[in-house]
Amino acid sequence: MIEARQLTKHFDDFVAVDQIDFRVNPGEVLVLLGPNGAGKTTTVRMLTSIIRPTFGDATIQGYSVINDPDQVRRNVGVLTEHHGLYQRMNAINYLAFFAQLYGLDHKTYQPRIEQLLSQFGLYQIRSKRLGEYSKGMRQKLALARALLHHPPVLLLDEPTSAMDPASARMVRDAILQLRSEDRAIVLCTHNLNEAEELADRIAIIHNGKILHNATPAELKTQMVGQTQYLVRYTHAPYQWAYTAQLPGIRLTSQDDHTLTFSIEDPPQQTPLLLSELIGQGVSVIECKEVNRSLEQAYLQVVSMNTEKES
Amino acid sequence: MAALHNSFNHVKAEIWPAWLITRREVKDQFRDWRVVFPIVFLTAFFPYLMNYAVRQMLNFVEQYGAVIVAERLIPLLLMIVGFFPISISLVISLDTFVGEKERGSIEPLLDSPLKDWQLYFGKMLASTVPPLVGSFLGMSVYLIGLILQKIPLPETSTIVMVFVLTIVQAIMMVSGAVVVSAQATSVRAANLLASFIIIPSAFLIQIEAFIMFWGKNVNDLWWMVVALLVLSYMLIRVGISHFAREKLLGREIDILNLKWIWQTFWRSFKGNTAGLFSWYRQEVFPALKKMRYGIVIALIFSAAGLAIGWRMVSVFSFPVEVSSLDELNENLRSIVELTYLSKASVALIILQNIRAILIAGFLGSISFGVAGIAPALVTFAAVGYLFNGLISSGIPAGYLLALILPHGILELPALLLATAATLHAVAVLLAPSKQKGIGEVWIESIAVWFKITLGICMPLFVLAAFIEAFITPQLVLWLYQ
Repeated sequence: MIEARQLTKHFDDFVAVDQIDFRVNPGEVLVLLGPNGAGKTTTVRMLTSIIRPTFGDATIQGYSVINDPDQVRRNVGVLTEHHGLYQRMNAINYLAFFAQLYGLDHKTYQPRIEQLLSQFGLYQIRSKRLGEYSKGMRQKLALARALLHHPPVLLLDEPTSAMDPASARMVRDAILQLRSEDRAIVLCTHNLNEAEELADRIAIIHNGKILHNATPAELKTQMVGQTQYLVRYTHAPYQWAYTAQLPGIRLTSQDDHTLTFSIEDPPQQTPLLLSELIGQGVSVIECKEVNRSLEQAYLQVVSMNTEKES
Repeated sequence: MAALHNSFNHVKAEIWPAWLITRREVKDQFRDWRVVFPIVFLTAFFPYLMNYAVRQMLNFVEQYGAVIVAERLIPLLLMIVGFFPISISLVISLDTFVGEKERGSIEPLLDSPLKDWQLYFGKMLASTVPPLVGSFLGMSVYLIGLILQKIPLPETSTIVMVFVLTIVQAIMMVSGAVVVSAQATSVRAANLLASFIIIPSAFLIQIEAFIMFWGKNVNDLWWMVVALLVLSYMLIRVGISHFAREKLLGREIDILNLKWIWQTFWRSFKGNTAGLFSWYRQEVFPALKKMRYGIVIALIFSAAGLAIGWRMVSVFSFPVEVSSLDELNENLRSIVELTYLSKASVALIILQNIRAILIAGFLGSISFGVAGIAPALVTFAAVGYLFNGLISSGIPAGYLLALILPHGILELPALLLATAATLHAVAVLLAPSKQKGIGEVWIESIAVWFKITLGICMPLFVLAAFIEAFITPQLVLWLYQ
């Protein structure tokens, strides 16, 4: 589990991270979303005890990043922004080196290395010098390094930024798998689709402050309104009009073949709405959620903050 | 037995991660032909060249019966053969942290559960071992060459001393270079800063060559070994104390920021005080309290100086012939009449004292405080020598006390405090400070030195100079007329 309380970092007069609070439970993914220089990497570095907070504290599995840096690092797997692998080593030696640094013995790390290399499609090139690896391969190897010691907490900085779509899918699946294994994960990304797919919560960070920390659905609801559902129909009774007064459901637009509703609690209320429509003789052929992008919500948050600051 | 076994396992577990770093880096170095080639060259070819030089030199000097020149040259060349490969250690160690930072591979290491000292020590060892192996091989090839050419070998103790000196020099150079590497912002900056290691090392080699070639006893170089070990310890201590993971990942740019330097100095010198009294109360006196260990050390060395000076009378006979107290008084009166009763003499005394403490400060700053003790040691040794010499000549101790105490009671403590301030400034530099860069701490240590020197020593020196010029001689003449 990760818990940050009033976490702050100043570099001389520059405030890189400004009193941020968040909590990531086991089996949860928190996505830190923000522009370049927002304070994401500084936050990750504070969570690994590399950078000492100016104020506040954070705990990793109960260990303070200020008072127990060694324990913190033992419990964290980090994928850094710069992977900087040792060019003249091969994948097996590289992972073995880090496995030993994390105190794993040969019997433990040997099968683990093979398993991770296979999982990320690097097994065939395990003997190749790392200097010959492509950017995506390096990123996958760096991720394998972060997972070597089965850390309960993972801090992943741009895990798929240099990957082709297939590799990115592989890594996302791995992250989902890790979440299901009860790891607490913080993920920094600019990729909004990835954020939406993986995040249990999204924290939008801008100028060192967390502007919003919510689930993707909550974020979209707060920023671009409630969930919208579109109902397409082929036939409706003559001069039909929607008159039902279902709680939490509001008709927002209507034309000859479509109806758009704003629904507060879609899982509960959508079936009721459909029953009502069909009951009134509307021939429904499709009912789908209107796609409200996370991008819209994100840009809305950032622009609101910029306006507020200016 | 079980406790011993546990202790051994504990030590092994602590050292193991450092060893992992060393092992990986040494393997990596031996995969790089740019490191391997010069080591092989300096191991195999260079000693052969030196053997040839010795042979030619022997043949040449034998014609003129100056075999001693060649005899001295043999251990000197052994030292040179050993030194060349260890110079490579400088290149490796300068790159060790800042190079990894530039290649982006340092962060995974910093994220790992390595302790600071394990990472630091592992990297230091990795920079030291390959060049030292090359150095030992080179010296062995050189010695085997001498045997094959039937050239007499130096004495065993000299060979051992040269091997030990080579090890210590390598440790000193590497520890200095690793400090630079851990603090520099780029490889370029580290390379530019290398002159701070290369120039002292070059001087060192010249001093060693001088002692080896012209010195009475080659074994005097053991003192050099001890001094280099102390210096290496200090460098390693500074390196580990100021090793900060955060700074390694910083994006600072190298610029000479005079404003920042002045602000840092002034902040540390002045503190948050508004006037002179509050400055003394909040800054000077607390600093004085903090340097109590420095005062104790300065006292110990001053007492040692006094004792050494006292004993020196039996080694070097006292040069002044004093037949009577009247003669001494006459000399004193003539001195008083000639120079002392002038304002210029006060200025001269003050200047002399300022020069002494500046020398102490300078020597202290380049030797981690070790040489900063020298002025106090020498002054107290002179006092001891003078005292014993004059007492042995029949001059009453009271006369001598009257000659020294009135101003000495201020001047000698001021000198002690100036020495203690130098030691304290070094202690500030050696104290762990993860949040500040080494440059910042260095400026702060200078500010501490100035605080004590200007706040306490200078007023005492000024007062002592007036007493020395106007009161002491008159008092002596009045007491012993």
